[in-house]
Amino acid sequence: MRKVVYFFSLFFLFQSSLLAYSSNPKDFINELVNDAINKLSNKNLNKEQKKIFIEEIAEENVDINALGLYTLGEIRKSSTKDDISNYQISFKKYFLKSLTSRLTDYSSSKFEVVGEDKKSANYTIINSTIIPEDGLEIKIDWRVYTKNPEKPLIRDLIVEGLSLARTQKEEFSSILSSNNNDIKVLINKLEEFSNN
Amino acid sequence: MQLLKKIKLTLTTFAIILIFTVNANSVEECFERTSRAIFKFNMAVDDIVLEPLAKGYNKLPSPIKEGTSNFTSNIGTLLSIPNNVFQGNFKQLGHSVGSFAINSTVGIFGFLNPAEKIGLKPTKEDVGQTLGSYGIGPGCYFVLPILGPATARDAVGLLADTFVDPFAHVTIREKEIFNSSGNALDYYTVKGTTAVDFRADNDKNFQSLEKNSIDLYSSLKSIYLQDRENKINNSIEDKDEWGNLDN
Repeated sequence: MRKVVYFFSLFFLFQSSLLAYSSNPKDFINELVNDAINKLSNKNLNKEQKKIFIEEIAEENVDINALGLYTLGEIRKSSTKDDISNYQISFKKYFLKSLTSRLTDYSSSKFEVVGEDKKSANYTIINSTIIPEDGLEIKIDWRVYTKNPEKPLIRDLIVEGLSLARTQKEEFSSILSSNNNDIKVLINKLEEFSNN
Repeated sequence: MQLLKKIKLTLTTFAIILIFTVNANSVEECFERTSRAIFKFNMAVDDIVLEPLAKGYNKLPSPIKEGTSNFTSNIGTLLSIPNNVFQGNFKQLGHSVGSFAINSTVGIFGFLNPAEKIGLKPTKEDVGQTLGSYGIGPGCYFVLPILGPATARDAVGLLADTFVDPFAHVTIREKEIFNSSGNALDYYTVKGTTAVDFRADNDKNFQSLEKNSIDLYSSLKSIYLQDRENKINNSIEDKDEWGNLDN
């Protein structure tokens, strides 16, 4: 009986995270991040449970496909459909593993949205600050894709002025350029990372 | 006579590197293989020296850590003062001069930071940033032993910093101010402590980056170049390279 209750409480816990957040970019980020902070700092959840939560929340709210294409750079224009498709699969695995590795040890933080800048119909930058329990205030800007106004998606995080997507793109670009722009080499490296 | 020699040497170096700077594309590598080898060496030095020191430093009581960080940061402000003048950034000059004066006196030689409480927040400015603000491009990228990532422009800046920085004058060159001066050891001790303080502050970030990078060399290169770009512009530039993804 205990196990059944535990299962259902977990089920509802994760279900609640899949409820749609607000479609207003500012509220979307505020609700999503505060929800994530609450779950990740919950000491009753173990690493595996946190991992599942992070993967679900990322798949639902981050534009992983677009991020994959962006980080691939110009080579996406000359690659075959099959290669792009294989790359997207490997990139998603890589992205989720890297994200969970960064966030499962997360401790409590104070988060606040401090502003927004609507760049175009497709993009809004949300400015926020996060204060970890053991550190100084960190400025984080969120690039939110708003082409579908009903379903905003995160495309990039700019931490203290450093774009995570750009860093990733330049890392991949270096791997490609030192391997004759062979996308298969990059796919293998992503697979290696995910399987380790 | 010796000063003349030094100036000639500096100018020659400056000229050579500027040629480099003009000819090289903004993020091209100067000599990637060598840089990657130096990077490996630097990582080994980090593992053996800097990381253990940083971990030890992080175990110090918080007031000692904070005081040390304030002290090195206050001395670092001295380099910003002439650079704010060169950049014609007089608002920031006020912040730097005011912050240094208040923290060095009321803040007990810089161990406390009362200047921040009254709204003085000096940004760090160096000669590399000043050259960047004059429109000089970064030139090619390389890695220096121990000192880490640099571009041609920033390497010139690093050298010029020691001529512009008032703290370097009273330590390395032993010039007297108010009848007192230091020595080179003081200079390198403060610079070393600054490095340990920075490494300790970012210990978790380094670990995460190391763990999650497929090519750590390139990740650090990208982070370094983005950071320098932001510091030169004194703002975060939104390049919006995403635009063409939707076309």
